[in-house]
Amino acid sequence: MSVELDRIGLAFVAVLAAAALVVPGLALATRPESAFHIPPYLVQLLGKYLCYAILAVALDLVWGYCGILSLGHGAFFALGGYAMGMYLMRQIGARGVYANPILPDFMVFLNWKALPVAWWGFNWFPYAMLMVVLVPGLLALAFGWFAFRSRVTGVYLSIITQAMTFAFYKEFFRNDFGFGGNNGLTDFKDLVGFSLQSAATKAALFSASAIALILAYLAARAIVGSKYGKALMAVRDAESRMRFLGYRVENYKLFAFVVSAVLAGVAGALYVPQVGIINPSEFAPANSIEAAIWVAVGGRGTLVGAAIGAIAVNFAKTYFTGALPEYWLYGLGGLFVLVTLFLPKGLLGLALRERETKPVVDTPAIAIEEGADR
Amino acid sequence: MALSLMMVLALSPAPEAHADALDDTLARFLADKFPETEKAVAELAAQAPPQGATILSALAENRLLYDAADRIVAYKTSAGALVNAKTGEPIPAANAAAFKKARVNNALRVAIEGAIGSLTLASPDPQKRVAAAQDVFRTRDSKALPALEAQLAKEKDPQATEALKLARAAIIAGADSASAQDRLAAIETLRARGDQDAQNLIDQIAQKATDAQVKAAAAAALSAIQMRLALWAAAQDLWYGLSASSVLLLAAIGLAITFGVMGVINMAHGEMVMLGAYATYVVQLILPPALQNWSLAFAVPLAFLVAGLVGVAIERLVIRYLYARPLETLLATWGVSLILQQAVRSIFGANNRQVTNPPFMSGALHLGGLEITTNRMWIIALAIVVFVALQLVLRATPFGLQMRAVTQNRRMAAAMGISTARIDMLAFALGSGVAGVAGVALSQIDNVSPNLGQGYIIDSFMVVVFGGVGNLWGTALGALTLGVANKILEPLVGAVQGQIVLLIVIILFIQKRPRGLFALKGRAVEA
Repeated sequence: MSVELDRIGLAFVAVLAAAALVVPGLALATRPESAFHIPPYLVQLLGKYLCYAILAVALDLVWGYCGILSLGHGAFFALGGYAMGMYLMRQIGARGVYANPILPDFMVFLNWKALPVAWWGFNWFPYAMLMVVLVPGLLALAFGWFAFRSRVTGVYLSIITQAMTFAFYKEFFRNDFGFGGNNGLTDFKDLVGFSLQSAATKAALFSASAIALILAYLAARAIVGSKYGKALMAVRDAESRMRFLGYRVENYKLFAFVVSAVLAGVAGALYVPQVGIINPSEFAPANSIEAAIWVAVGGRGTLVGAAIGAIAVNFAKTYFTGALPEYWLYGLGGLFVLVTLFLPKGLLGLALRERETKPVVDTPAIAIEEGADR
Repeated sequence: MALSLMMVLALSPAPEAHADALDDTLARFLADKFPETEKAVAELAAQAPPQGATILSALAENRLLYDAADRIVAYKTSAGALVNAKTGEPIPAANAAAFKKARVNNALRVAIEGAIGSLTLASPDPQKRVAAAQDVFRTRDSKALPALEAQLAKEKDPQATEALKLARAAIIAGADSASAQDRLAAIETLRARGDQDAQNLIDQIAQKATDAQVKAAAAAALSAIQMRLALWAAAQDLWYGLSASSVLLLAAIGLAITFGVMGVINMAHGEMVMLGAYATYVVQLILPPALQNWSLAFAVPLAFLVAGLVGVAIERLVIRYLYARPLETLLATWGVSLILQQAVRSIFGANNRQVTNPPFMSGALHLGGLEITTNRMWIIALAIVVFVALQLVLRATPFGLQMRAVTQNRRMAAAMGISTARIDMLAFALGSGVAGVAGVALSQIDNVSPNLGQGYIIDSFMVVVFGGVGNLWGTALGALTLGVANKILEPLVGAVQGQIVLLIVIILFIQKRPRGLFALKGRAVEA
């Protein structure tokens, strides 16, 4: 990691830390008519972008540093979101439409008598938070163990991860799967006793997202900067050679994959209380691919760039889907094509290239022969 | 129905009361009261005069008229002429003003239908007798039983006998009291028929019978029918599986070619399929009505051309710059797919477009207990033709030879003087064109919408991952396995779980064979 990139990272952390303090301050302490006032919906929107940024950092960790283009990270994100959603669902209690103290509304509607085992314990916040981490982590562990052990790499791996999220997408759509079917989980009331409707809670969730993004970035940076991180990048560049040198390549990949999935799960858990709903469409393969383009736009293998890319693309999405809804898909599609063709190192790569004198080293011929994917 | 049945019973003691019962019966129409009309219908069925069926169908179709003053009942022929119902003599048009329509209601229509059924049982045309017997089988109208028995006694036509027996069996099954002998005979007849209807009827008999022998026969017949139905159901599942496989093969084979040759996955492959389907729609729009039946003959080449050209454009403009970066090709082609979808949405609208099946592709064949829809059959045929054609291209043309060489070892092929860039372009054109042809097939069985391709893309990938890219047979075997396995799993565990099970199986499968069933071998492909 270059010095320049580190400096940008530091600035990024500083900006985030400042935002974590200033945004709630402006949202809560100023009057609605003040020019500095940040309305609650905007706080929520910014918080949502930050969750996407965490997901992008998670994806960059595996794609940028390990060469695994996961097209299924949306699944880890959504699973974290569902774990949080289940907690929020249980918190509704007797305030639901059917006023059942134990069963969420959709279960009463489906005429279920008892709470399914999968829902047990979710009324307890620490348990729900454990699940936010554990469920995506274990899924990634199982999936990655199978995939990396059998040396599924490159596009094969991407397709298999996409199929994984597609399977979840279909499964969660079913009503009798027990997670709300196509309506998903919604109508949340409060989080550890604070009403989700209040401006203060929204501001607090924004700050939590900003802090989570800082922590995710620092964690990913620590991993990448360590000796393990060097080996990880070596695996990315010449997998066979690392294997012949005696490294257990699959373990390196697996660790990065699981950490990344956990980060994605945390992002999903922060996302759900801010948008107020989680439904199976979060599992849609298109969402996971979109996350990849955030990383590509910002700059693969930079972490900071991924986060910036997520925020920039989503800001553009919010703007264009409002202003020119017909052209947004052209824009997004064009972004995919143009960034991959002309900006392989993303916006951050473009910014850094002007200052760096060292020429960009291309994949060595030997690595191409070995089938390394960059 | 029950009411009319009671009426038949009430009337039956006095059938011979008048020399000309038909006159009395027809006189009931003059009152133009529903109960009277109903009696008349029942009497017509019981007396079975030669004019009966004509009069009844005229009544059902509101063509029966009456002149209360002159006590004449008449009907209008389809040509519009007025004819005396009893004698069949024409009535002068001048008198027509005196006639009024005999009214019918829905309850009456049901009674009329039953009465016509029992009248046509005695029709001289065996086809009509069969149709009438089948009517009785459906309605299970017990008042048709005497007519059935009478006809059965003198029936010579084997087909009609069969139909009559079945109708009788159905009535006996519905009857609360019937002799054990009758019931046994009914079970035997129904067992020979052996379908879902027969099963229900035997079930009825078993519930109503008290005789142990009848019950045992019913149980034996039921298990025999169930066995037979299960076999047919399995065959039907297999057929559905084959049909699903053919669609998968059509969608996946182009992907296998492009992935095999270039090692890049074209995420816009599904959109090539979609373009093919829209090409079919456009052909249908612009073709003059005289050529409509031949629209597919125009659609297949057009779809191949359109999708192939778009494929070449994608290859030349995007993919060719990304060969060293296959992962990014995924993203770039995904972007292309978004653009294509939105473009089609802008041009044709977001709604589904209707593509009609040409006559030779609509309808269904029945083979025993199998129902074979004709369009699916043609799609299977198309899949086979496409597969054979591609094999020929790969095995018997210089282009195919070069393509296989590039697939096996790109650098070596280039060293041997093969222009790999040209092969890439042509392979992409071929793969995309085949996807367009798949779109023509899909337009016949699925909604033509901008999202058409999305539904097939992941399944196609699975086929390629499972089958490997070394050989087109791998794709065929992959499609066949996944298609049939999916349809076999569907009734067992449900549609969604079936797909999930298959996905897990594929993930486990690539543990053993990471490059699919038919993997390329050699140093060049080993990562």
